[in-house]
Amino acid sequence: MHNQIFEKYTKADKSSLIPLLQEVQAIYGYLPEDALTDVSEYVKLPLSRVYGVATFYNQFRMSPLGENVIRVCRGTACHVKNSSNLLFALEDALNIKAGETTRDKKFTIELVNCIGACSIAPVITVNDDYFGRITTKDIPSIVKKYAGKTKTNGVTVTEEAV
Amino acid sequence: MVELTINKIKVKAEDNMTILDAAKSVGITVPTLCHLKDLVPSGACRICSVEVEGFRNLVPSCAYPVSEGLVVETNSPRVRRARKTIVELLVEDHPQDCLVCVRNKNCELQDLAERYSLREHRFHGESKEHSIDISSASMERDPGKCILCGRCVRVCNEVQKIGAIDFTNRGFKSIVTTPYDKGLNVSDCILCVQCIVVCPTAALRERSSMKEVSSALESRTKFAVAQIAPAVRATLGEEYHLPLGTDVTGKLVTGLKRLGFKKVFDTNFAADLTIWEEANELIHRLVNNEPVPMFTSCCPGWVKFLEHNYPDLIQHLSSCKSPHEMEGAVLKTYYAKKLGISPKDVFVVSIMPCTVKKFEASRPELTEEKLQDVDAVLTTRELVRFFNVAGIDFADLNDSEFDNPLGESTGAAAIFGTSGGVMEAALRTAYFTLTGENLETMELNAVRGTDGVKETIIKIGDKELHVAVVNGIGNVREILDQVREGRSHYQFVEVMACPGGCINGGGQPIHQKTDKVLQRMRALYEIDKKMLKRRSHENESIKTLYKEFFIEPGSHVSHEILHTHYHSRKK
Repeated sequence: MHNQIFEKYTKADKSSLIPLLQEVQAIYGYLPEDALTDVSEYVKLPLSRVYGVATFYNQFRMSPLGENVIRVCRGTACHVKNSSNLLFALEDALNIKAGETTRDKKFTIELVNCIGACSIAPVITVNDDYFGRITTKDIPSIVKKYAGKTKTNGVTVTEEAV
Repeated sequence: MVELTINKIKVKAEDNMTILDAAKSVGITVPTLCHLKDLVPSGACRICSVEVEGFRNLVPSCAYPVSEGLVVETNSPRVRRARKTIVELLVEDHPQDCLVCVRNKNCELQDLAERYSLREHRFHGESKEHSIDISSASMERDPGKCILCGRCVRVCNEVQKIGAIDFTNRGFKSIVTTPYDKGLNVSDCILCVQCIVVCPTAALRERSSMKEVSSALESRTKFAVAQIAPAVRATLGEEYHLPLGTDVTGKLVTGLKRLGFKKVFDTNFAADLTIWEEANELIHRLVNNEPVPMFTSCCPGWVKFLEHNYPDLIQHLSSCKSPHEMEGAVLKTYYAKKLGISPKDVFVVSIMPCTVKKFEASRPELTEEKLQDVDAVLTTRELVRFFNVAGIDFADLNDSEFDNPLGESTGAAAIFGTSGGVMEAALRTAYFTLTGENLETMELNAVRGTDGVKETIIKIGDKELHVAVVNGIGNVREILDQVREGRSHYQFVEVMACPGGCINGGGQPIHQKTDKVLQRMRALYEIDKKMLKRRSHENESIKTLYKEFFIEPGSHVSHEILHTHYHSRKK
């Protein structure tokens, strides 16, 4: 079923596992069960081992992402600037927990250890847009901005006034 | 050889030994949790830490090889402190419900807490919580009690080569579970439960059938009968501190009668019956050029494995039901009729060394007139709990004889409980059926012992019979691949899922004594040796059974009652 991916990895053993999982996720946005079964047969590892590797690394997702991915930075600088409050506000506004996707599949909240934009902490990103130096008051308007539209691709850094 | 110093004692050790082995050789116990003999050390739990002179950090002795001049301290204050802290941390993230736990008094974590004198709770933190997986008919999985030693994962992957469970997630969230954390009933698990045998706590345990059996024993209408598997009689004594390999057959019959079973029969009777049918099937296959090799079908874990992984080879499996299912089927047909009882009132309890038998008993194929052949399966461990509740001092019981006619058996049946036994028993009878003479030697040493694959060639007349015995499911794939590719030269192959056979089954007493397999094997071979009749075709009760009921092996009625079929479980 996934032969077109497997062709690139002639070494059908465990050394190809992680690159194969990355390829599968690039296609589906997550790791569907069928694909994982195919991969496990190809690299000759039990499905339990493949699933174990996939759940060990944060980069792999076991369920599809929402249309808009909100990443909340929980790095040191953002933590000092109360990024936990931003997270709670987002969880309240969307009625989901970090790592989950809303039922209408519009939003996913993810945690990031450091986004690399400490100078504008606390930071969240929505898709490729950055929102720095924000407070909980800004959350409703940010959510509203994306609720109506699908994924944006342009990179825009929006610095909200403090 | 190298010389090292452990606790100021000069120790001579082999080059390939670890510090742990060397310490053991001079009577120094170092506690272990994740360590499993004969497997590559994982060094995960650190409880075996020792201090080595010149090293800044403590060293895991299970994974560190000895070398010349090493100076080791296994009992320094620093070592004791480290070990105690490890135990404390494990205990704090473990349910504090020892009093109501099935492994109470047989738990390695409890032993360590006692050994390091834990008398207070120093750490308080989050505890992991996870629902219990009760989806399978054979076992329960309780990740809340798991200490992540990984022994189950390694037995499943490295010994049995199934890989049904593994570590998932990471850090505090890491648990041992199935792919997608689904129930075991939908996984590739064959329920051999070698994982339970190595689990230090109650994170993995059998699914208890004690309630059903209790109510059948109390019921006025039910005619509760018990049957005892060959392997149970060689192991149950261990629970009462009798020496490894003590034969407790007679005590078992007395004990079961005291529990209230109306009749106590011997699964060995049905083992002899299995041999009549299986030897006949083998000869039929050879004569009619039907698929060979024929595989034995006594082990339900092996049958499940084939259904999951090699469904295309199902026609190679003998269609014979396993012995305890045959015994149940005969009890509910022939015997019930003979006694004039309704088959639905007969409640058959199998005392088995095995938990897959619980799954097997629930298979819809194994029924007569919509009645299960076997109503409940108790493991050796569960039976001991019954005896304890009833206040039966097992070790002091007198011997009793089995009830008849399903109690007579030969030596060939006794060795069913060990790897190679079914093969040996089948050959004794098949040889006789084909030639009219008995095999020259009774003991077939080539199929005995603990090797992974044992094979031999038996000359029958001018023909040669190539046979193999697979000891442990981890060794079977190679042979199955040969059959699939048409490269196999065998005609008859015995497969047992557990290493050593049923004597090392998942329902047997849990302890980590290293010579248990050999001692239990020896016990069964002793029983065989002592028997006057050692060939299944010499069993008089079975001759009567065929005369009165089944006519002959492979007859229409025996196919209806003693044979079954299988189906693919491949996803």
